[in-house]
Amino acid sequence: MDAAAIIATLQPLVPGASYEVGQSVDSPTIYLPAERLVETCLALRDAASLRFNVLVEVTAADYLPREPRYEVVYHLLSTSNRLRLRLKVRVGAAGSVPTVQTVWRGAAWPEREVWDMFGIVFDGHPDLRRLLMPEDWDGHPQRKDYPVQIRKVAQTYEPLEVSEAEFKANIERDRVKRTH
Amino acid sequence: MAPGLEGPADTEMAELRTETMTVNMGPQHPSTHGVLRLVLELDGEVIKSVMPTIGYLHTGIEKTAEQKRWQQVIPLVERMDYLAAHSNSLAYSLSVEKLLGLEMPQRVNDIRVLLAELQRIASHLIWLGTHGLEVGAVSMLFYCVRERELLMNINELIAGFRFFPSYIRIGGLREDLPRGFHDAVNAFLDRFPAKIDEFEGLLTKNDIYRRRTENVGVLTLDECWDWGLVGPIARASGADYDVRKYFPYCGYESYDFTVPTATEGDVYARYRVRIAEMRQSVNICKQAITRITPTGVWACSDTRVVPPPKDKVYSEMEALIQHFLIYSQGFTVPAGDAYVPVEGPRGEHGCYVVSDGTNRPWRVKMRAPSFMAIQALPYIVQEGLIADVVAVIGSTDVVMGDCDR
Repeated sequence: MDAAAIIATLQPLVPGASYEVGQSVDSPTIYLPAERLVETCLALRDAASLRFNVLVEVTAADYLPREPRYEVVYHLLSTSNRLRLRLKVRVGAAGSVPTVQTVWRGAAWPEREVWDMFGIVFDGHPDLRRLLMPEDWDGHPQRKDYPVQIRKVAQTYEPLEVSEAEFKANIERDRVKRTH
Repeated sequence: MAPGLEGPADTEMAELRTETMTVNMGPQHPSTHGVLRLVLELDGEVIKSVMPTIGYLHTGIEKTAEQKRWQQVIPLVERMDYLAAHSNSLAYSLSVEKLLGLEMPQRVNDIRVLLAELQRIASHLIWLGTHGLEVGAVSMLFYCVRERELLMNINELIAGFRFFPSYIRIGGLREDLPRGFHDAVNAFLDRFPAKIDEFEGLLTKNDIYRRRTENVGVLTLDECWDWGLVGPIARASGADYDVRKYFPYCGYESYDFTVPTATEGDVYARYRVRIAEMRQSVNICKQAITRITPTGVWACSDTRVVPPPKDKVYSEMEALIQHFLIYSQGFTVPAGDAYVPVEGPRGEHGCYVVSDGTNRPWRVKMRAPSFMAIQALPYIVQEGLIADVVAVIGSTDVVMGDCDR
């Protein structure tokens, strides 16, 4: 079942939602808007021809300086139909995504980790606290504008301050573009 | 009724009140498999609520990986699930190879399968040893670590490094198999099935062990799916989902093996599933070792990724340049993203990699089975006894390096 077929199954179940087939080299990929996420996930879980009963993981990627900046990625698995699916939601710097805990309970910690690492807010999440980082940590480390390899003493009680020049040098640091 | 013998009036009972007690377990508790901290709320010996705190072992590996070249990430991801190094590097390599569009030669796939299965046995041995230790069968640890030592020796043989061999690389393997590899593996495979019988003789019918584990930490299959627990935990609750069967990789479809399952969903069922998995792994290893020739190809032939052979480097200019480029700049990977799951010892392992077309990964995210297992832990142990917490943690086989990354 490819992405187009899954979208065709979904359209009557979630009327009016705009889906978009994403580029992929492995499992089918579908882009969808954040406001239809929960409905779509319920349909994906319960439709007989799909039955995506397992949420394998929730993660995100920061595509700075592209707008919208983030993509929240959901990997789904259907054990009865042997299907895999990747859902992607584009989120802007100030945007948020609804939680899918009502669909799969196991979404709680992965969503918390995404908030911890990227600062993407999950609306309706009952327990959006730091998970991996210390509770008083400032900033979200997996963001691309979060500095790395700048020698500073580890602090957990005051914000990490970096100049713009340091930050740019950090981003541009030898990312070689090379064509084959 | 004689006066003075009636029971206490209801008003007196109302003044009696019970308080729950909060107990901190970990992060240095020996049964928490590293540095897991649990805040337990107890009513007597019954658990009312559990709050796990993780992150003590968070080392920012995913962030560090974004600063490295593609091949340099291999040693980093191996340090995530430190009991299953080959499983990590295999998951990462397969995802990157998917983006590159590489196909591995048959021999490379067979060696990868062999190493992954030996790794599963090694990881299950540590699980069996520590789980036995925690529920009172102290001698298990010594027997299990003795067998695992032989597997560590095999790692040392192929890579010179016992824990994190970095032997599975993008594009194949680090180098060809060393002399003596087949003898070492065959010696282990001949010896090990009798050892599993010994382990089972100590635990499977052991009355104390069964009383500690039967009907403890029960999960139904629907609960497993709901919490995202795919792996031995789901198979102990009746699932037959195994990535090796459902989404085969590395040529697993050509091997003859079965997926052990149980239906009870308790700690004891997870024990039986993992023991049976070790037997199946021995079975797969025996098939793999007969297919692998002592010498032969150890990498694919794609010159983008795999450096040319040394004799060409010394005789041809292009080969020398290619060699230099691969080792100085690294190779580039086409833009896109990929997630290829593998069946790790703890369940579905997979690496979500994103490339922006450069020589460094844009994003590396490991799907951690231990992370999901600890998330479900409060649910599993609720309303159970405090002594069962230790048995349940052991049965979920969590590795904190995998959880915190």
